[in-house]
Amino acid sequence: MDFLRPASWEEALAAKAEHPTAVPIAGGTDVMVEINFDHRRPEYLLDLNRIGDLYEWEVGADSVRLGASVPYTRIMENLRGELPGLSLASHTVASPQIRNRGGVGGNLGTASPAGDAHPALLAAGAEVEAESVRGTRLIPIDEFYTGVKRNALAPDELIRAVHIKKADGPQQYSKVGTRNAMVIAVCAFGLALHPATRTVRTGIGSAAPTPVRAKAAEEFLNAALDEGGFWDNGRIITPSVAKQFADLCSAACNPIDDVRGTASYRRHAVGIMARRTLTWTWESYRGTDGRSIEKGSVA
Amino acid sequence: MRVNFTVNGRPQEADDVWEGESLLYVLRERMGLPGSKNACEQGECGSCTVRLDGVPVCSCLVAAGQVEGREVVTVEGLADYARQRVCGAEKCDTSAKSDTLSQGGSPTWHPKPTDSQTGEGTELAPIQQAFIDAGAVQCGFCTPGLLVAADEMLEHNPNPTDADIREALSGNLCRCTGYEKIMDAVRLAAARQGEAV
Repeated sequence: MDFLRPASWEEALAAKAEHPTAVPIAGGTDVMVEINFDHRRPEYLLDLNRIGDLYEWEVGADSVRLGASVPYTRIMENLRGELPGLSLASHTVASPQIRNRGGVGGNLGTASPAGDAHPALLAAGAEVEAESVRGTRLIPIDEFYTGVKRNALAPDELIRAVHIKKADGPQQYSKVGTRNAMVIAVCAFGLALHPATRTVRTGIGSAAPTPVRAKAAEEFLNAALDEGGFWDNGRIITPSVAKQFADLCSAACNPIDDVRGTASYRRHAVGIMARRTLTWTWESYRGTDGRSIEKGSVA
Repeated sequence: MRVNFTVNGRPQEADDVWEGESLLYVLRERMGLPGSKNACEQGECGSCTVRLDGVPVCSCLVAAGQVEGREVVTVEGLADYARQRVCGAEKCDTSAKSDTLSQGGSPTWHPKPTDSQTGEGTELAPIQQAFIDAGAVQCGFCTPGLLVAADEMLEHNPNPTDADIREALSGNLCRCTGYEKIMDAVRLAAARQGEAV
């Protein structure tokens, strides 16, 4: 094994071009587990800890460019207003020790269907900034996940940042697990209201081979909200609409039975989380400030 | 490969480090610092918690090569670290430091290890003494990680609520499941810290 320690982003890209099999390591919270358990013996480890750019973020007019290695702790502390969904998701990641090291770039690189950030990114709307010596491209988040632990990156590409749409309305995130810390999601759900475009977006985690949006559910809800004039009159959402939305979210799942839960439990739980997060965010939207209000995990 | 870094204030050099080796392995097997415990090796239990440039991390998930040029504090260095923090000494590592404790010229803390064998003749960090006094050590395996995590929390949050303590220690598992005494110990350390200021 070789340990590559590029001092700059350019050096990192050059190293990845020269050694496409090199495994990038930043927080190490996924990679080191695999190495410790002898599940993986990469030929090259590409250490990204020295590259300061990856730990920075820029808040733009419409989106936040979040460096790939910005730890979850920083997201929770600094980006709660701009990225409420991702901040809530970040708070559910493992433990303080892990949140101090891990970041969204690693979640995307690993591309586990259970990654905590994915539902929040799908719901908010995001693009992955992938770069290689050949150039930079922005991969829409919907096209990024290609299979179980597979993503759209080319072998010579590294994740530089994620561009996440700033919240234009309330966002929520919900996760099912056996306790509040140190759990891999049994399933998870992210929901974002986008009053500017009068749309709702969703993200489902751990209930399909990849993180997915419940597109049919979104379309149904967008139409129902539009038809009923809900965005303007701010009425509470009709229970039948919420139920139909929840059922369609359940139907968007394609889960498996595993040690953490059965497929049918996951489908059921996703429906419950869909209804709850819709209620929480809509109540927040109906409030005067129209901004997300922090809610507990119980409703 | 060779790795140079600072451990508990002393520059150290580790040779012939395997590229996939963890910081935890280097500390335990090469530096002779077995305080950080090796249990789950997957970041689940927190018994290997150390400060890396001031930040609590699981040392089993840090590749040895990643600590090149950086500062590590282990449980073995916790008493010194805590003392320097209170003194506000120049030797203190300034990264991730809270000023709250050094403000107002708070007096140096003097340990009074009278009621235990463990602390006899050795200066302990306040959090270590509190663990002994509250009976929070139990089998002792998870203790080093808990001490490092709890000490860091008290550094920036001198008056933690029970919820704050639970959250700060949520990455540290105790299989004796004696969490109540651990909670007592952290409350005790916080109370003593408050009296000292």
